[in-house]
Amino acid sequence: MSNVKYTESHEWFSIDGDEVTVGITDFAQSQLGDVVYVELPEEGAELAAGDEVAVIESVKAAGDISLPFAATVVAINGALPDDPELVNSDPMGEGWFMRVRPENPADLDQLLSADAYTALVDGE
Amino acid sequence: MSNEERKTPLYDLHKELGGKMVPFAGYAMPVQYRAGIVQEHLHTREAVGVFDVSHMGQLVVSGSGAASVLEKLLPIDVQALAINQQCYAVMTSEAGGILDDLIITRWGEDEFFLVVNAATAAADIAHLQQHLRGCDIRVLGQQALLAVQGPMAGELIGELAPATRALTFMHGARVELFGEDCYVTRSGYTGEDGFEISVAASAVEKVARKLLEDGRVQMIGLGARDTLRLEAGLCLYGNDMDSDTTPVEASLLWSIAKSRRADGAKAGGFLGADVVLGQIADGVARKRVGFSVEGKIPVRAGADIIDEAGNVVGKVTSGGYGPTLGAAVGMAYVDRGYEKTGTHLQALVRGKTVPIAVSKTPFVPQRYYRG
Repeated sequence: MSNVKYTESHEWFSIDGDEVTVGITDFAQSQLGDVVYVELPEEGAELAAGDEVAVIESVKAAGDISLPFAATVVAINGALPDDPELVNSDPMGEGWFMRVRPENPADLDQLLSADAYTALVDGE
Repeated sequence: MSNEERKTPLYDLHKELGGKMVPFAGYAMPVQYRAGIVQEHLHTREAVGVFDVSHMGQLVVSGSGAASVLEKLLPIDVQALAINQQCYAVMTSEAGGILDDLIITRWGEDEFFLVVNAATAAADIAHLQQHLRGCDIRVLGQQALLAVQGPMAGELIGELAPATRALTFMHGARVELFGEDCYVTRSGYTGEDGFEISVAASAVEKVARKLLEDGRVQMIGLGARDTLRLEAGLCLYGNDMDSDTTPVEASLLWSIAKSRRADGAKAGGFLGADVVLGQIADGVARKRVGFSVEGKIPVRAGADIIDEAGNVVGKVTSGGYGPTLGAAVGMAYVDRGYEKTGTHLQALVRGKTVPIAVSKTPFVPQRYYRG
């Protein structure tokens, strides 16, 4: 899918018009292991580039998601706090974290393409 | 880069089973296999989990009068142990701190088998050599150790070696498993019934593979070993106690034999006894407690604990998600006055307060086989 971008820190960004859905990749969930707790931002939160926007805790470790661009949170996945294992079972689908509206959509152009991300993961 | 990690004899099997290898106490050990920590944990509580604990130190202390000499270092009644009976013990320092915790098994009148923590094994041996003059201290460097744990472990090992059916918790026997000479004890670190099997390093892979042929059996990594022991309320050396912690502070008073306490028949006589017995009489300024989290957020080692006024009154030493409980629990040291079960406190996680309550341990009932 050409409208999905990635980061080196294993987040995915699915672009749909002026909104972007955010999650972590299958590689990220497999590295984290069983996710047991997810903390999400408030809807409407305005985030600067680099802000930590979500916390993910697995049985063995704590991780976080930060946005590489400034954005406003327009929706969160309300199912995650009660069913954090969705991040493991369907990281690219039902395990999505939030939908945001980037301040400057052109910021997303710098993110990794699917091919570049696949190459990165294959190297790890 | 750190020094080369050591490998246990099961390293290739771990890799073959998809084990994620991590450095632990100088060894490359599997933190989990393909199934993941939660599934491995639940499997152990439902059927049988096999753990490679070959990194742990296995020692034999022998010599005339070894039992009474060992009592200088261990605040238990070593002389009262029957042959093939074992006992949990802390090894105390002159300051009353815990140098290590171990399991000691009487193999003969003057012969004892000790299983010690991997990270402390070298220091333990030096300490034993220094204090146990006249005793022979032998390191069983060519022995591996498997833990076979879970509610079906008794029937599984009983089918393979019927003599083990008569073993009750904290007793051992020498038996053959798959034709290999093993020393099997009914013990473990999960809160479940189960066994620890000492077997030659050259034979352990065969024994492990044979065990895994049984549908009830699955290999379990260190990650689930940690969540299982946490739910069972069992301490992890280096986290929940160390050389700066006494057995009284660590709430391990139960591990000090009545005969070694102030009014006992063999009162004191172990390193640090003045400190430890003094603390039993006078109390301690801080104590290890269990806690449960009100909510789902894991509260991990290192988190500060505060009271309503925001004063730091404790610190978390172990904590995380308990898969059987479906909730977060932990262990912490709290100042005197906060140790009562039900006391409401708060842990600081990423700068936010998380409500916790001091809780009895074990969090999950222990299911040892006592006959």
